[in-house]
Amino acid sequence: MMNKVTIQNLGKVFAGSTTAPALQGVNLSIADNEFVTLVGASGCGKSTLLRILAGLETHTSGSVLCDGQPVAGPGAERAMVFQHYSLYPWLSVIENIKFSRKLRANRGNLMSSDVEAASGRADALLNLIGLNKVAHAYPNQLSGGMQQRVAIARALMGRPQVLLMDEPFGALDAQTREVMHDLILHIHRVEKTTIVFVTHDVEEAIYLGQRVVLLQPRPGRIHSIYPVPLPPQREQDMKHTAPFRALRAEILARIRESAGVSTDLDMLGQLNATEV
Amino acid sequence: MSAPEPPPRRPALWAIAGSMSRSQYWMFAAVGLLLPFMAWAALSASGWVDPVFLPGPLQVFERLLTWLFEDELLRDAGISFYRVFAGFALSAVLALPIGLMIGAYRPVEALLEPLTDFIRYMPAVAFIPLVMLWLGIEESAKISIIFIGTFFQLVLMVAENVRLVPRAQIEAAQTMGASREEIIRLVLLQSAKPALLDTLRITMGWAWTYLVVAELVAANSGLGYAILKAQRFLKTDTIFAGILLIGVIGLLSDQAFRWLHRRSFPWLHGRG
Repeated sequence: MMNKVTIQNLGKVFAGSTTAPALQGVNLSIADNEFVTLVGASGCGKSTLLRILAGLETHTSGSVLCDGQPVAGPGAERAMVFQHYSLYPWLSVIENIKFSRKLRANRGNLMSSDVEAASGRADALLNLIGLNKVAHAYPNQLSGGMQQRVAIARALMGRPQVLLMDEPFGALDAQTREVMHDLILHIHRVEKTTIVFVTHDVEEAIYLGQRVVLLQPRPGRIHSIYPVPLPPQREQDMKHTAPFRALRAEILARIRESAGVSTDLDMLGQLNATEV
Repeated sequence: MSAPEPPPRRPALWAIAGSMSRSQYWMFAAVGLLLPFMAWAALSASGWVDPVFLPGPLQVFERLLTWLFEDELLRDAGISFYRVFAGFALSAVLALPIGLMIGAYRPVEALLEPLTDFIRYMPAVAFIPLVMLWLGIEESAKISIIFIGTFFQLVLMVAENVRLVPRAQIEAAQTMGASREEIIRLVLLQSAKPALLDTLRITMGWAWTYLVVAELVAANSGLGYAILKAQRFLKTDTIFAGILLIGVIGLLSDQAFRWLHRRSFPWLHGRG
């Protein structure tokens, strides 16, 4: 089977930066319909990697292919869900979801049958995220979790080849997050989209991902790729199983190592020592 | 022995960033507006000040009525209104697209913003002699003064309004396949609209200020000119009436803008 995304020897140095490259020698292949999560200490370049995939950021060396085509800029086949502030507050929930259709209608290459299909698709997505009742509400009337559901539906509207998610649940409370986790897994099964998901939460990365990609900072690079030893159909109880906990401990240990000589915990220890 | 039940806690009126009911708000506003008015009435009634220099509120009100019915108040106000509207509209029509481009494209920003900043610091009032040399005291002179006074500020404020559009809103549109033109029209402009209307509201106030300045030195009609003429004949009641009238017109246009804001952006004001 052909890879959906192929990243070869990718490097990124920010203009004017004198520190280590943001990304160096990154190689990663993502299969069609795969769910891959990216984790790592802050500054490891996980968000930069995702933004390069989206075409929102340029790379300085190597190559990024999506469906065999080099990524040359942002495009509808690689939709992105952001952490927040990405919904259009002046549009209702359903109008937000239909935004990508508005772009096409705007270009005049839309038939009336397309418009009907779009309405059907938008309604189906609204069902999928369970927000039919608030279709005509404005985003600022919704909770944070509901807003992120709308952002996900909006990104899915144009049937993207790859769904890129940049810490989409980072601003939500723990209970809402669990609900969102099961929702996004359900969406992945139903929509059969390839998903690349960035998070700093290791538990989230393992619970969602079929593979977890661990990145390391200074320079940003891939440390290792862990296949997740869990059945494809995930359930919340699996978080308490031995394989889950073992993988979580392993990844957390690697993140602590890579965070540098002194982690926050070490520094706290030093503070306590001097205080006596 | 049981302690008496404490009364329910009311939200504190004087807490920092505290809350206030709508009726309380209007009560305080009425006091704030009436107090200076009453102080004025008391001072002029006390007889300490010569009524030539400080006419009483009644005298000013009477003058306003005679101005309206015997002289040509409506014509004076109308011509002033026309000048403000023309100068302000011209300035807005040009500043909106230029500000939008500065806010959207960095090269346009580099090209135009330092220049605009520079001109902005030149006092508009100092251009009056030059404008009079070039345009005389035609209508175009007054409109030009209002234009000079508001245009450059407006360009910078519009650019800032556009720059404050959240980056995620723009990038989300990009990853949905939006073109640059679509992002400007469907995201930047829509997202900045409420802030733009506020910018216009604030600039409208400056337009009135520059109008009066222009009419004081370079006109033979309008409210500013009426004030100047009244000074020559020591008619302080007319000066007071003119100043108050401009204040009332300003307040009304400000309220009209606020009303338009509430009507146009229901999604901002928490109504579905």
